[in-house]
Amino acid sequence: MNVLINNISQTLPAGATLADAVALLQAQPPFAAAVNKAFVPRALYPQTALQDADRIEIIHPVTGG
Amino acid sequence: MNSDPLVLYGESFASRLLLGTSRYPSPSILGSAIARAQPAMLTASLRRQNLGQPDVLANGFWDLLRQTGVPVLPNTAGCHGLQEAITTAHMAREVFDTPWIKLELIGDDYTLQPDTLNLVEAANRLVKDGFKVLPYCTEDLVLCQRLVDVGCQAVMPWAAPIGTGKGPINPYAMQVLRERLSVPLLVDAGLGRPSHACQVMEWGYDAVLLNTAVALAQDPVLMAGAFADAVQAGRSAFLGGAMLEQQAAQPSTPVLGTPFWHHTQEQ
Repeated sequence: MNVLINNISQTLPAGATLADAVALLQAQPPFAAAVNKAFVPRALYPQTALQDADRIEIIHPVTGG
Repeated sequence: MNSDPLVLYGESFASRLLLGTSRYPSPSILGSAIARAQPAMLTASLRRQNLGQPDVLANGFWDLLRQTGVPVLPNTAGCHGLQEAITTAHMAREVFDTPWIKLELIGDDYTLQPDTLNLVEAANRLVKDGFKVLPYCTEDLVLCQRLVDVGCQAVMPWAAPIGTGKGPINPYAMQVLRERLSVPLLVDAGLGRPSHACQVMEWGYDAVLLNTAVALAQDPVLMAGAFADAVQAGRSAFLGGAMLEQQAAQPSTPVLGTPFWHHTQEQ
């Protein structure tokens, strides 16, 4: 299936979870994730099944005002 | 022990200056500015991670934040929608491990004016979700009152649009706001000079949040100190109670006993 991660198209195997996506893309902690604009707590990554065309955001700390 | 702490949501802070972490010439200068200002909190934000490649700059910033020991105030900068802001706040809570959130919900890209119509609902939901919400808002009295009504224990009106450095552009409204609301008021945006910060503190505002005015100064570290001193001076002036302005001159030196004094001009 194809999903968008940080607005870049990625191909994941069918049945992949958010934990699989994070591992595959080597996200560097600290970070947080959302699927289709809904926050997903870290503990729920393994049980968050992804669907084709899902939009995933993985964000991390940056400077801010 | 500070006898006049800033109290937000029941938590005491020794400083009345909150400092942004963006736009500094270098991480080293940011670190020195923090050391000089001794802020109550440091603001930070969240952006997409460059996946598959280490982000040295971001990791350095995270390390710097932790080394300072200053509490972090994450923001929702750049959010234009209600759900977007709420989701970002939840993500910030997990990343920074803090219930504090500077709620920014932008309604206009040119002025960066907050979306005041959705801001109250966003604040309402986040307060119910257990956040300590510090909403970035305008100086509109009714808006600020509505934010308090939904549970915000402090509000953060702008003095002028973000990054302009104009100083308070609506002094009347800001002073009326101070008179009408008893919750802590923090000026969040638009200050450019230490005198601006001193002015709003003299009006009775409880704290100021700065970023660009320090970061873009020719010497950010020196300016960080100038702002810290100005904030303290303004606070002391507010507590000290300024004299009432007089229409006519009044000699400060006693007139009684003036030597050589007489009614008629000397010939």
